[in-house]
Amino acid sequence: MINQRYRLISPKIIRVDFTEDAIGEKDVVVRPQYLSICAADQRYYQGLREKAILDKKLPMCLIHEAVGEIVYDPKGEYPTGTLVAMVPNIACDNDETIKENYRLTSKFSSSSEDGFMRSLVTIDRSRIVECGNLKGRCASLLEPMSVAMNAYDVCFRKYNRHPKSIGVWGDGSIGFVVALVMKKMIPGCEVSVIGTNPEKLEYFSFCDHQYMIDTVPCMSQFDACFECVGGPASSKAINQMIDCIKPQGILSLMGVSEHPVEVNTRMVLEKGLTLVGHSRSSVQDFKDCVELMQSKPEISNYLESIISDEVVIRSITDMYEAFDKDRSNRFKTVMKWEM
Amino acid sequence: MIYAEILAGGSGTRMGNTDRPKQFLMLGNKPILVHTIEAFLLNPRIDRILVVVPNVWLDYSKDIMNKYNVYTDRVHLVVGGSTRNETIMNGCRYIESQWGITDEDIIVTHDSVRPFITQRIINDNIDACLKYGAVDTVIPAVDTIVESTNNETITNIPVRKYYYQGQTPQSFGIAQLTSLYNALTEEEKDILTDACKIFTMKGHPVHLVMGEGYNIKITAMYDLKLANAILEGHLHD
Repeated sequence: MINQRYRLISPKIIRVDFTEDAIGEKDVVVRPQYLSICAADQRYYQGLREKAILDKKLPMCLIHEAVGEIVYDPKGEYPTGTLVAMVPNIACDNDETIKENYRLTSKFSSSSEDGFMRSLVTIDRSRIVECGNLKGRCASLLEPMSVAMNAYDVCFRKYNRHPKSIGVWGDGSIGFVVALVMKKMIPGCEVSVIGTNPEKLEYFSFCDHQYMIDTVPCMSQFDACFECVGGPASSKAINQMIDCIKPQGILSLMGVSEHPVEVNTRMVLEKGLTLVGHSRSSVQDFKDCVELMQSKPEISNYLESIISDEVVIRSITDMYEAFDKDRSNRFKTVMKWEM
Repeated sequence: MIYAEILAGGSGTRMGNTDRPKQFLMLGNKPILVHTIEAFLLNPRIDRILVVVPNVWLDYSKDIMNKYNVYTDRVHLVVGGSTRNETIMNGCRYIESQWGITDEDIIVTHDSVRPFITQRIINDNIDACLKYGAVDTVIPAVDTIVESTNNETITNIPVRKYYYQGQTPQSFGIAQLTSLYNALTEEEKDILTDACKIFTMKGHPVHLVMGEGYNIKITAMYDLKLANAILEGHLHD
Protein backbone atom coordinates (compact mmCIF):
# COMPACT_ATOMS: atom_id res chain seq x y z
CA MET A 1 0.00 0.00 0.00
CA ILE A 2 1.23 3.49 -0.82
CA ASN A 3 1.11 5.61 2.29
CA GLN A 4 1.68 9.28 2.97
CA ARG A 5 3.92 10.05 5.93
CA TYR A 6 4.10 13.65 7.11
CA ARG A 7 7.63 14.01 8.40
CA LEU A 8 9.40 16.83 10.16
CA ILE A 9 12.52 17.31 8.05
CA SER A 10 13.93 20.28 9.97
CA PRO A 11 12.47 22.62 12.60
CA LYS A 12 9.04 23.89 11.49
CA ILE A 13 9.21 22.18 8.10
CA ILE A 14 7.02 19.15 7.39
CA ARG A 15 7.21 17.20 4.13
CA VAL A 16 4.99 14.45 2.73
CA ASP A 17 6.89 11.28 1.96
CA PHE A 18 5.46 8.32 0.08
CA THR A 19 6.21 4.89 1.40
CA GLU A 20 5.25 1.44 0.26
CA ASP A 21 4.13 -0.13 3.53
CA ALA A 22 4.00 -3.89 3.91
CA ILE A 23 0.95 -5.33 5.69
CA GLY A 24 1.90 -8.48 7.59
CA GLU A 25 -0.52 -11.08 8.92
CA LYS A 26 -0.08 -9.85 12.48
CA ASP A 27 -0.76 -6.25 11.44
CA VAL A 28 -3.87 -4.17 11.22
CA VAL A 29 -4.26 -0.95 9.26
CA VAL A 30 -5.51 2.03 11.26
CA ARG A 31 -6.69 5.35 9.91
CA PRO A 32 -5.76 7.99 12.51
CA GLN A 33 -8.68 10.13 13.69
CA TYR A 34 -7.40 12.25 16.57
CA LEU A 35 -3.78 13.06 17.33
CA SER A 36 -2.70 14.99 20.37
CA ILE A 37 0.44 17.13 20.52
CA CYS A 38 2.88 16.38 23.34
CA ALA A 39 5.63 18.68 24.64
CA ALA A 40 8.16 16.18 23.25
CA ASP A 41 6.70 16.68 19.73
CA GLN A 42 6.80 20.42 20.23
CA ARG A 43 10.49 20.29 21.21
CA TYR A 44 11.30 18.52 17.96
CA TYR A 45 9.06 20.86 15.94
CA GLN A 46 10.59 23.99 17.41
CA GLY A 47 14.12 22.60 17.05
CA LEU A 48 14.74 22.76 20.80
CA ARG A 49 16.49 19.39 20.92
CA GLU A 50 20.26 19.28 20.54
CA LYS A 51 21.42 19.57 16.95
CA ALA A 52 23.05 16.14 17.10
CA ILE A 53 19.73 14.59 18.15
CA LEU A 54 17.83 16.40 15.41
CA ASP A 55 20.43 15.33 12.84
CA LYS A 56 20.07 11.72 13.95
CA LYS A 57 16.29 11.48 14.18
CA LEU A 58 14.92 13.67 11.42
CA PRO A 59 13.19 13.23 9.03
CA MET A 60 10.56 11.66 11.26
CA CYS A 61 6.79 11.69 11.68
CA LEU A 62 5.86 13.27 15.01
CA ILE A 63 3.02 12.37 17.41
CA HIS A 64 2.71 9.38 19.70
CA GLU A 65 -0.69 10.20 21.21
CA ALA A 66 -3.24 8.94 18.70
CA VAL A 67 -6.42 6.97 18.16
CA GLY A 68 -7.96 5.81 14.94
CA GLU A 69 -10.32 3.36 13.35
CA ILE A 70 -9.47 -0.05 11.98
CA VAL A 71 -9.79 -0.01 8.19
CA TYR A 72 -8.26 -3.41 7.48
CA ASP A 73 -7.53 -6.52 9.48
CA PRO A 74 -6.16 -9.41 7.42
CA LYS A 75 -7.28 -11.86 10.12
CA GLY A 76 -10.76 -10.37 10.42
CA GLU A 77 -10.58 -10.16 14.22
CA TYR A 78 -11.38 -6.45 14.40
CA PRO A 79 -14.48 -5.15 12.63
CA THR A 80 -13.88 -2.19 10.33
CA GLY A 81 -14.51 1.03 12.22
CA THR A 82 -13.32 -0.25 15.62
CA LEU A 83 -11.80 2.66 17.55
CA VAL A 84 -8.35 1.80 18.86
CA ALA A 85 -5.51 3.56 20.62
CA MET A 86 -2.09 2.96 19.12
CA VAL A 87 0.64 2.15 21.63
CA PRO A 88 3.84 3.99 20.70
CA ASN A 89 6.18 1.70 22.66
CA ILE A 90 7.50 -1.13 20.50
CA ALA A 91 8.73 -4.05 22.58
CA CYS A 92 11.45 -5.89 20.70
CA ASP A 93 12.22 -8.66 23.18
CA ASN A 94 10.47 -10.63 25.92
CA ASP A 95 12.67 -9.88 28.93
CA GLU A 96 10.05 -10.27 31.66
CA THR A 97 12.40 -8.86 34.31
CA ILE A 98 12.11 -5.37 32.81
CA LYS A 99 8.85 -3.62 31.99
CA GLU A 100 8.59 -3.21 28.21
CA ASN A 101 8.77 0.59 28.23
CA TYR A 102 12.11 0.49 30.07
CA ARG A 103 13.88 -2.14 27.98
CA LEU A 104 16.87 -0.74 26.16
CA THR A 105 15.88 -2.74 23.08
CA SER A 106 12.41 -1.17 22.87
CA LYS A 107 11.63 1.41 20.21
CA PHE A 108 9.20 4.28 20.33
CA SER A 109 7.02 5.89 17.68
CA SER A 110 8.06 9.52 17.20
CA SER A 111 11.48 9.00 18.74
CA SER A 112 13.28 6.01 17.26
CA GLU A 113 10.57 5.32 14.62
CA ASP A 114 8.06 7.37 12.69
CA GLY A 115 5.19 8.67 14.80
CA PHE A 116 1.53 8.59 13.81
CA MET A 117 1.30 11.58 11.44
CA ARG A 118 0.51 9.32 8.51
CA SER A 119 -2.46 8.81 6.26
CA LEU A 120 -2.66 5.19 7.43
CA VAL A 121 -0.75 3.33 10.12
CA THR A 122 0.18 -0.32 9.67
CA ILE A 123 0.73 -1.59 13.18
CA ASP A 124 1.21 -4.94 14.89
CA ARG A 125 -2.10 -5.96 16.49
CA SER A 126 -0.35 -6.45 19.84
CA ARG A 127 0.13 -2.66 19.92
CA ILE A 128 -3.48 -1.60 19.63
CA VAL A 129 -6.01 -1.28 22.44
CA GLU A 130 -9.74 -1.09 21.81
CA CYS A 131 -11.31 2.08 23.17
CA GLY A 132 -14.76 0.62 23.78
CA ASN A 133 -17.35 3.36 24.10
CA LEU A 134 -14.83 6.18 24.63
CA LYS A 135 -15.05 9.15 22.27
CA GLY A 136 -12.13 9.50 19.85
CA ARG A 137 -11.23 13.09 20.76
CA CYS A 138 -10.95 12.31 24.44
CA ALA A 139 -9.38 8.89 23.81
CA SER A 140 -6.47 10.63 22.09
CA LEU A 141 -5.33 11.47 25.63
CA LEU A 142 -5.08 7.78 26.54
CA GLU A 143 -1.33 7.87 25.97
CA PRO A 144 -0.57 10.53 28.62
CA MET A 145 -3.11 8.79 30.87
CA SER A 146 -1.19 5.55 30.37
CA VAL A 147 2.05 7.29 31.35
CA ALA A 148 0.35 8.29 34.61
CA MET A 149 -0.95 4.73 34.97
CA ASN A 150 2.59 3.42 34.49
CA ALA A 151 3.72 5.68 37.34
CA TYR A 152 0.91 4.38 39.56
CA ASP A 153 1.79 0.80 38.61
CA VAL A 154 5.51 1.16 39.33
CA CYS A 155 5.17 3.22 42.53
CA PHE A 156 2.17 1.68 44.24
CA ARG A 157 0.48 -1.35 42.66
CA LYS A 158 3.68 -3.30 42.15
CA TYR A 159 4.54 -2.99 45.87
CA ASN A 160 0.97 -2.97 47.15
CA ARG A 161 1.48 0.49 48.63
CA HIS A 162 -1.46 2.65 49.71
CA PRO A 163 -0.36 6.25 50.10
CA LYS A 164 -2.65 8.57 52.07
CA SER A 165 -1.38 11.83 50.64
CA ILE A 166 0.20 12.68 47.29
CA GLY A 167 1.63 15.94 46.00
CA VAL A 168 1.79 16.59 42.26
CA TRP A 169 4.13 19.38 41.17
CA GLY A 170 3.17 20.90 37.83
CA ASP A 171 -0.07 22.45 36.59
CA GLY A 172 0.30 21.30 32.98
CA SER A 173 -1.23 18.37 31.14
CA ILE A 174 0.98 15.69 32.68
CA GLY A 175 0.39 17.08 36.17
CA PHE A 176 -3.34 16.96 35.41
CA VAL A 177 -3.46 13.33 34.25
CA VAL A 178 -1.13 12.15 37.02
CA ALA A 179 -3.29 13.83 39.68
CA LEU A 180 -6.42 12.42 38.02
CA VAL A 181 -5.15 8.85 37.80
CA MET A 182 -3.90 8.88 41.41
CA LYS A 183 -7.16 10.33 42.67
CA LYS A 184 -9.22 7.72 40.85
CA MET A 185 -6.95 4.72 41.41
CA ILE A 186 -6.35 5.27 45.13
CA PRO A 187 -9.68 5.79 46.90
CA GLY A 188 -9.39 8.00 49.95
CA CYS A 189 -5.98 9.35 49.03
CA GLU A 190 -5.62 13.10 49.43
CA VAL A 191 -4.16 14.58 46.24
CA SER A 192 -2.68 18.09 46.13
CA VAL A 193 -1.47 19.93 43.07
CA ILE A 194 1.27 22.54 43.29
CA GLY A 195 1.74 24.98 40.44
CA THR A 196 2.55 28.48 39.30
CA ASN A 197 -0.51 29.50 37.30
CA PRO A 198 -3.66 30.15 39.37
CA GLU A 199 -5.96 29.92 36.35
CA LYS A 200 -4.59 26.54 35.35
CA LEU A 201 -4.76 25.31 38.93
CA GLU A 202 -8.50 25.94 38.89
CA TYR A 203 -8.91 23.14 36.34
CA PHE A 204 -7.74 20.65 38.99
CA SER A 205 -11.16 20.70 40.68
CA PHE A 206 -10.98 16.98 41.58
CA CYS A 207 -7.89 17.55 43.72
CA ASP A 208 -8.22 18.08 47.46
CA HIS A 209 -5.88 21.08 47.47
CA GLN A 210 -4.47 23.47 44.88
CA TYR A 211 -1.38 25.34 45.99
CA MET A 212 0.80 27.98 44.41
CA ILE A 213 4.46 27.06 44.85
CA ASP A 214 4.97 29.87 47.35
CA THR A 215 1.99 28.92 49.52
CA VAL A 216 2.39 25.15 49.84
CA PRO A 217 2.74 24.21 53.51
CA CYS A 218 6.02 22.31 53.51
CA MET A 219 5.94 20.25 56.63
CA SER A 220 6.84 16.79 55.39
CA GLN A 221 3.26 16.02 54.61
CA PHE A 222 3.26 13.85 51.47
CA ASP A 223 3.76 10.09 51.29
CA ALA A 224 4.64 10.43 47.64
CA CYS A 225 5.39 13.29 45.27
CA PHE A 226 5.33 13.51 41.50
CA GLU A 227 7.44 16.01 39.58
CA CYS A 228 5.63 16.94 36.35
CA VAL A 229 7.47 20.19 35.69
CA GLY A 230 10.45 19.49 33.46
CA GLY A 231 12.86 21.99 31.97
CA PRO A 232 14.89 24.54 33.94
CA ALA A 233 12.28 24.75 36.73
CA SER A 234 12.75 21.06 37.58
CA SER A 235 15.47 21.73 40.12
CA LYS A 236 13.41 24.15 42.17
CA ALA A 237 10.42 21.82 42.05
CA ILE A 238 12.36 18.70 43.03
CA ASN A 239 14.05 20.44 45.93
CA GLN A 240 10.72 21.73 47.21
CA MET A 241 9.34 18.20 46.90
CA ILE A 242 12.26 16.91 48.94
CA ASP A 243 11.32 19.41 51.64
CA CYS A 244 7.66 18.50 51.56
CA ILE A 245 7.82 14.72 51.44
CA LYS A 246 7.73 12.44 54.46
CA PRO A 247 10.86 10.46 55.34
CA GLN A 248 11.19 7.30 53.25
CA GLY A 249 8.67 8.69 50.79
CA ILE A 250 8.71 8.06 47.06
CA LEU A 251 9.70 10.93 44.87
CA SER A 252 8.79 10.40 41.21
CA LEU A 253 10.44 12.25 38.36
CA MET A 254 8.32 12.66 35.22
CA GLY A 255 9.37 15.98 33.70
CA VAL A 256 11.92 16.00 30.89
CA SER A 257 14.89 18.30 31.12
CA GLU A 258 17.43 18.91 28.38
CA HIS A 259 20.10 19.70 30.95
CA PRO A 260 21.36 18.07 34.17
CA VAL A 261 19.30 19.05 37.21
CA GLU A 262 20.72 19.99 40.61
CA VAL A 263 19.18 17.98 43.43
CA ASN A 264 19.60 18.39 47.18
CA THR A 265 20.98 14.90 47.68
CA ARG A 266 21.91 15.56 51.31
CA MET A 267 18.21 15.72 52.19
CA VAL A 268 17.45 12.74 49.97
CA LEU A 269 19.93 10.79 52.07
CA GLU A 270 18.74 12.19 55.37
CA LYS A 271 15.11 11.37 54.62
CA GLY A 272 15.89 8.03 53.00
CA LEU A 273 13.88 8.93 49.95
CA THR A 274 13.33 6.74 46.92
CA LEU A 275 13.73 8.55 43.63
CA VAL A 276 11.97 6.86 40.73
CA GLY A 277 11.95 7.92 37.09
CA HIS A 278 8.88 7.34 34.94
CA SER A 279 8.68 7.44 31.21
CA ARG A 280 6.33 6.07 28.59
CA SER A 281 3.98 3.14 29.19
CA SER A 282 3.04 -0.40 28.28
CA VAL A 283 0.12 -2.00 26.44
CA GLN A 284 -1.28 -3.09 29.83
CA ASP A 285 -1.16 0.52 31.07
CA PHE A 286 -3.32 1.52 28.10
CA LYS A 287 -5.77 -1.29 28.84
CA ASP A 288 -5.95 -0.29 32.51
CA CYS A 289 -6.73 3.29 31.46
CA VAL A 290 -9.55 2.24 29.14
CA GLU A 291 -11.01 0.11 31.95
CA LEU A 292 -10.69 2.98 34.42
CA MET A 293 -12.26 5.50 32.05
CA GLN A 294 -15.14 3.19 31.24
CA SER A 295 -15.87 2.51 34.90
CA LYS A 296 -15.62 6.20 35.80
CA PRO A 297 -17.19 8.27 33.01
CA GLU A 298 -16.40 11.53 34.79
CA ILE A 299 -12.74 11.04 33.80
CA SER A 300 -13.63 11.70 30.16
CA ASN A 301 -15.29 14.95 31.18
CA TYR A 302 -12.20 16.03 33.09
CA LEU A 303 -10.00 15.16 30.12
CA GLU A 304 -12.28 17.10 27.78
CA SER A 305 -11.73 20.16 29.96
CA ILE A 306 -7.99 20.16 29.17
CA ILE A 307 -8.42 19.94 25.39
CA SER A 308 -7.71 23.61 24.78
CA ASP A 309 -8.03 23.48 21.03
CA GLU A 310 -9.03 21.17 18.20
CA VAL A 311 -7.55 21.84 14.77
CA VAL A 312 -8.87 20.09 11.67
CA ILE A 313 -5.94 18.87 9.61
CA ARG A 314 -6.44 18.76 5.85
CA SER A 315 -3.06 20.07 4.71
CA ILE A 316 0.50 20.57 5.90
CA THR A 317 -0.37 24.23 6.50
CA ASP A 318 -2.99 23.05 9.01
CA MET A 319 -0.28 21.03 10.78
CA TYR A 320 1.84 24.18 11.13
CA GLU A 321 -1.18 26.01 12.52
CA ALA A 322 -1.80 23.27 15.09
CA PHE A 323 1.79 23.28 16.34
CA ASP A 324 1.87 27.09 16.43
CA LYS A 325 -1.42 27.33 18.32
CA ASP A 326 -0.29 24.65 20.75
CA ARG A 327 2.47 26.92 22.01
CA SER A 328 -0.01 29.40 23.39
CA ASN A 329 -2.68 26.92 24.47
CA ARG A 330 -3.12 26.26 28.17
CA PHE A 331 -3.24 22.49 27.91
CA LYS A 332 -3.63 20.04 25.02
CA THR A 333 -4.02 20.67 21.30
CA VAL A 334 -5.78 17.87 19.46
CA MET A 335 -5.58 17.45 15.70
CA LYS A 336 -8.67 16.05 13.97
CA TRP A 337 -6.91 14.13 11.25
CA GLU A 338 -8.45 14.24 7.78
CA MET A 339 -5.34 13.72 5.68
CA MET B 1 -24.32 2.68 -1.89
CA ILE B 2 -20.96 4.24 -2.55
CA TYR B 3 -19.14 2.72 -5.49
CA ALA B 4 -15.60 3.30 -6.72
CA GLU B 5 -14.83 2.74 -10.35
CA ILE B 6 -11.18 2.37 -11.24
CA LEU B 7 -10.66 3.12 -14.90
CA ALA B 8 -7.93 0.79 -16.10
CA GLY B 9 -8.13 1.16 -19.84
CA GLY B 10 -10.78 0.65 -22.42
CA SER B 11 -9.63 2.88 -25.21
CA GLY B 12 -10.49 1.38 -28.58
CA THR B 13 -7.38 2.95 -30.00
CA ARG B 14 -5.39 0.50 -27.97
CA MET B 15 -7.08 -2.49 -29.59
CA GLY B 16 -4.48 -4.64 -31.27
CA ASN B 17 -1.70 -2.96 -29.37
CA THR B 18 0.17 -5.68 -27.52
CA ASP B 19 2.12 -3.33 -25.27
CA ARG B 20 1.18 -3.76 -21.63
CA PRO B 21 -0.90 -0.78 -20.53
CA LYS B 22 0.83 1.46 -17.97
CA GLN B 23 -1.44 0.43 -15.11
CA PHE B 24 0.17 -3.02 -15.12
CA LEU B 25 3.75 -1.76 -14.83
CA MET B 26 5.53 -2.09 -11.51
CA LEU B 27 5.70 0.82 -9.10
CA GLY B 28 7.89 -0.22 -6.17
CA ASN B 29 6.95 -3.81 -5.45
CA LYS B 30 3.48 -3.96 -7.01
CA PRO B 31 1.72 -3.06 -10.27
CA ILE B 32 0.35 0.49 -10.36
CA LEU B 33 -3.22 -0.83 -10.60
CA VAL B 34 -2.82 -2.81 -7.37
CA HIS B 35 -1.66 0.27 -5.45
CA THR B 36 -4.69 2.17 -6.70
CA ILE B 37 -7.14 -0.60 -5.77
CA GLU B 38 -5.56 -0.78 -2.28
CA ALA B 39 -6.19 2.92 -1.69
CA PHE B 40 -9.91 2.36 -2.23
CA LEU B 41 -10.01 -0.95 -0.35
CA LEU B 42 -8.61 0.87 2.69
CA ASN B 43 -11.47 3.35 2.68
CA PRO B 44 -14.31 1.74 4.64
CA ARG B 45 -16.91 4.13 3.19
CA ILE B 46 -16.59 2.51 -0.25
CA ASP B 47 -19.06 -0.36 -0.48
CA ARG B 48 -17.98 -1.85 -3.80
CA ILE B 49 -15.10 -1.30 -6.18
CA LEU B 50 -15.37 -1.86 -9.91
CA VAL B 51 -12.15 -2.31 -11.82
CA VAL B 52 -12.82 -1.67 -15.47
CA VAL B 53 -10.27 -3.17 -17.84
CA PRO B 54 -10.01 -3.87 -21.58
CA ASN B 55 -11.45 -7.22 -22.54
CA VAL B 56 -8.09 -8.61 -23.67
CA TRP B 57 -6.56 -7.79 -20.29
CA LEU B 58 -9.42 -9.22 -18.21
CA ASP B 59 -7.75 -12.51 -17.30
CA TYR B 60 -4.39 -10.88 -16.79
CA SER B 61 -6.00 -8.37 -14.42
CA LYS B 62 -7.71 -11.18 -12.53
CA ASP B 63 -4.38 -12.98 -12.16
CA ILE B 64 -2.44 -10.03 -10.77
CA MET B 65 -5.33 -8.99 -8.50
CA ASN B 66 -5.36 -12.50 -7.06
CA LYS B 67 -1.60 -12.56 -6.79
CA TYR B 68 -1.56 -9.36 -4.72
CA ASN B 69 -4.68 -10.26 -2.70
CA VAL B 70 -6.83 -7.33 -3.80
CA TYR B 71 -9.50 -9.37 -5.59
CA THR B 72 -11.73 -9.42 -2.52
CA ASP B 73 -15.51 -9.67 -2.12
CA ARG B 74 -15.76 -5.89 -2.54
CA VAL B 75 -13.95 -5.88 -5.89
CA HIS B 76 -15.60 -6.62 -9.25
CA LEU B 77 -13.96 -6.81 -12.66
CA VAL B 78 -15.85 -5.22 -15.54
CA VAL B 79 -14.98 -4.96 -19.24
CA GLY B 80 -14.38 -1.41 -20.45
CA GLY B 81 -15.90 0.41 -23.40
CA SER B 82 -14.57 2.01 -26.55
CA THR B 83 -14.14 5.48 -25.02
CA ARG B 84 -13.46 6.81 -21.54
CA ASN B 85 -17.09 7.75 -21.04
CA GLU B 86 -18.31 4.44 -22.43
CA THR B 87 -16.00 2.74 -19.95
CA ILE B 88 -17.53 4.74 -17.09
CA MET B 89 -20.99 3.92 -18.36
CA ASN B 90 -20.15 0.21 -18.60
CA GLY B 91 -19.49 0.36 -14.89
CA CYS B 92 -22.85 2.03 -14.31
CA ARG B 93 -24.60 -0.59 -16.45
CA TYR B 94 -22.89 -3.33 -14.48
CA ILE B 95 -24.11 -1.78 -11.22
CA GLU B 96 -27.65 -1.53 -12.58
CA SER B 97 -27.67 -5.14 -13.75
CA GLN B 98 -26.20 -6.52 -10.52
CA TRP B 99 -27.76 -4.46 -7.76
CA GLY B 100 -30.00 -1.84 -9.34
CA ILE B 101 -29.54 1.91 -8.96
CA THR B 102 -31.20 4.25 -6.49
CA ASP B 103 -31.07 8.06 -6.34
CA GLU B 104 -28.73 7.80 -3.34
CA ASP B 105 -26.06 5.76 -5.14
CA ILE B 106 -22.85 7.57 -6.06
CA ILE B 107 -19.79 6.53 -8.00
CA VAL B 108 -16.23 7.75 -7.44
CA THR B 109 -14.41 7.26 -10.75
CA HIS B 110 -10.62 7.28 -10.70
CA ASP B 111 -7.76 6.77 -13.13
CA SER B 112 -5.96 3.53 -12.33
CA VAL B 113 -2.67 5.27 -13.16
CA ARG B 114 -3.02 7.79 -10.31
CA PRO B 115 -1.78 5.60 -7.42
CA PHE B 116 -0.85 8.51 -5.13
CA ILE B 117 -4.51 9.23 -4.40
CA THR B 118 -5.02 10.07 -0.71
CA GLN B 119 -7.76 9.14 1.70
CA ARG B 120 -8.48 12.85 2.12
CA ILE B 121 -9.22 13.25 -1.58
CA ILE B 122 -11.44 10.14 -1.63
CA ASN B 123 -13.37 11.31 1.43
CA ASP B 124 -13.75 14.84 0.06
CA ASN B 125 -15.15 13.37 -3.16
CA ILE B 126 -17.67 11.26 -1.26
CA ASP B 127 -18.76 14.14 0.98
CA ALA B 128 -19.09 16.63 -1.88
CA CYS B 129 -20.81 14.16 -4.17
CA LEU B 130 -23.37 13.23 -1.53
CA LYS B 131 -24.04 16.96 -1.12
CA TYR B 132 -23.83 18.29 -4.67
CA GLY B 133 -24.24 15.28 -6.97
CA ALA B 134 -21.26 15.92 -9.24
CA VAL B 135 -17.62 16.52 -8.29
CA ASP B 136 -14.33 17.09 -10.06
CA THR B 137 -10.90 16.93 -8.41
CA VAL B 138 -8.65 19.78 -9.45
CA ILE B 139 -5.52 21.68 -8.53
CA PRO B 140 -4.98 25.38 -9.27
CA ALA B 141 -3.11 25.92 -12.54
CA VAL B 142 0.52 26.66 -11.79
CA ASP B 143 1.74 27.48 -15.26
CA THR B 144 0.31 30.28 -17.33
CA ILE B 145 -2.39 28.96 -19.65
CA VAL B 146 -1.91 30.01 -23.26
CA GLU B 147 -4.70 29.62 -25.80
CA SER B 148 -3.96 29.19 -29.46
CA THR B 149 -6.93 28.35 -31.62
CA ASN B 150 -4.80 28.11 -34.77
CA ASN B 151 -1.95 26.21 -33.06
CA GLU B 152 0.52 28.82 -34.31
CA THR B 153 0.02 32.09 -32.46
CA ILE B 154 -1.42 33.08 -29.11
CA THR B 155 -5.06 34.02 -29.32
CA ASN B 156 -5.60 34.56 -25.62
CA ILE B 157 -3.89 34.39 -22.23
CA PRO B 158 -6.66 33.78 -19.71
CA VAL B 159 -6.47 34.93 -16.10
CA ARG B 160 -4.72 32.03 -14.39
CA LYS B 161 -6.54 32.27 -11.08
CA TYR B 162 -9.73 31.07 -12.75
CA TYR B 163 -8.08 27.99 -14.24
CA TYR B 164 -7.48 24.59 -12.74
CA GLN B 165 -5.96 21.36 -13.87
CA GLY B 166 -8.31 18.42 -13.79
CA GLN B 167 -7.35 15.27 -11.93
CA THR B 168 -9.41 12.36 -10.72
CA PRO B 169 -11.48 11.18 -8.90
CA GLN B 170 -14.58 12.51 -10.60
CA SER B 171 -17.70 11.54 -8.69
CA PHE B 172 -21.34 11.50 -9.66
CA GLY B 173 -24.80 10.51 -8.62
CA ILE B 174 -25.17 7.38 -10.75
CA ALA B 175 -28.84 7.86 -11.64
CA GLN B 176 -28.28 11.42 -12.84
CA LEU B 177 -25.09 10.54 -14.71
CA THR B 178 -26.86 7.74 -16.53
CA SER B 179 -29.87 9.86 -17.36
CA LEU B 180 -27.78 12.80 -18.65
CA TYR B 181 -25.51 10.53 -20.68
CA ASN B 182 -28.41 8.70 -22.30
CA ALA B 183 -29.94 12.04 -23.30
CA LEU B 184 -26.82 13.01 -25.30
CA THR B 185 -26.81 12.74 -29.08
CA GLU B 186 -24.11 10.62 -30.71
CA GLU B 187 -22.44 13.86 -31.90
CA GLU B 188 -22.39 15.21 -28.38
CA LYS B 189 -20.94 11.94 -27.09
CA ASP B 190 -18.18 12.12 -29.71
CA ILE B 191 -16.87 15.47 -28.50
CA LEU B 192 -16.91 14.54 -24.82
CA THR B 193 -13.41 14.14 -23.51
CA ASP B 194 -14.33 14.32 -19.87
CA ALA B 195 -17.13 12.86 -17.78
CA CYS B 196 -17.76 16.16 -15.96
CA LYS B 197 -18.60 17.72 -19.29
CA ILE B 198 -21.70 15.51 -19.41
CA PHE B 199 -22.99 17.62 -16.54
CA THR B 200 -21.70 21.02 -17.62
CA MET B 201 -23.05 20.58 -21.16
CA LYS B 202 -26.50 20.13 -19.70
CA GLY B 203 -26.16 23.07 -17.33
CA HIS B 204 -25.63 21.08 -14.15
CA PRO B 205 -23.03 22.47 -11.71
CA VAL B 206 -19.99 20.36 -10.89
CA HIS B 207 -18.44 21.04 -7.49
CA LEU B 208 -14.65 21.36 -7.12
CA VAL B 209 -12.59 19.29 -4.69
CA MET B 210 -8.91 20.10 -4.21
CA GLY B 211 -6.51 17.43 -5.38
CA GLU B 212 -2.79 17.31 -4.74
CA GLY B 213 0.11 18.15 -7.01
CA TYR B 214 1.51 14.69 -6.39
CA ASN B 215 -1.70 12.94 -7.46
CA ILE B 216 0.06 12.48 -10.78
CA LYS B 217 -1.11 10.47 -13.75
CA ILE B 218 1.50 7.97 -14.86
CA THR B 219 1.19 8.04 -18.61
CA ALA B 220 4.78 8.23 -19.85
CA MET B 221 7.90 6.35 -18.81
CA TYR B 222 9.20 9.63 -17.40
CA ASP B 223 6.21 9.71 -15.02
CA LEU B 224 6.92 6.15 -13.91
CA LYS B 225 10.54 7.00 -13.23
CA LEU B 226 9.42 10.00 -11.20
CA ALA B 227 6.86 7.90 -9.30
CA ASN B 228 9.44 5.26 -8.44
CA ALA B 229 11.86 7.97 -7.34
CA ILE B 230 9.46 9.45 -4.79
CA LEU B 231 8.34 6.10 -3.38
CA GLU B 232 10.36 4.64 -0.51
CA GLY B 233 10.57 0.86 -0.42
CA HIS B 234 8.87 -1.66 1.85
CA LEU B 235 8.59 -0.05 5.26
CA HIS B 236 7.48 -1.76 8.42
CA ASP B 237 7.64 -0.55 12.02
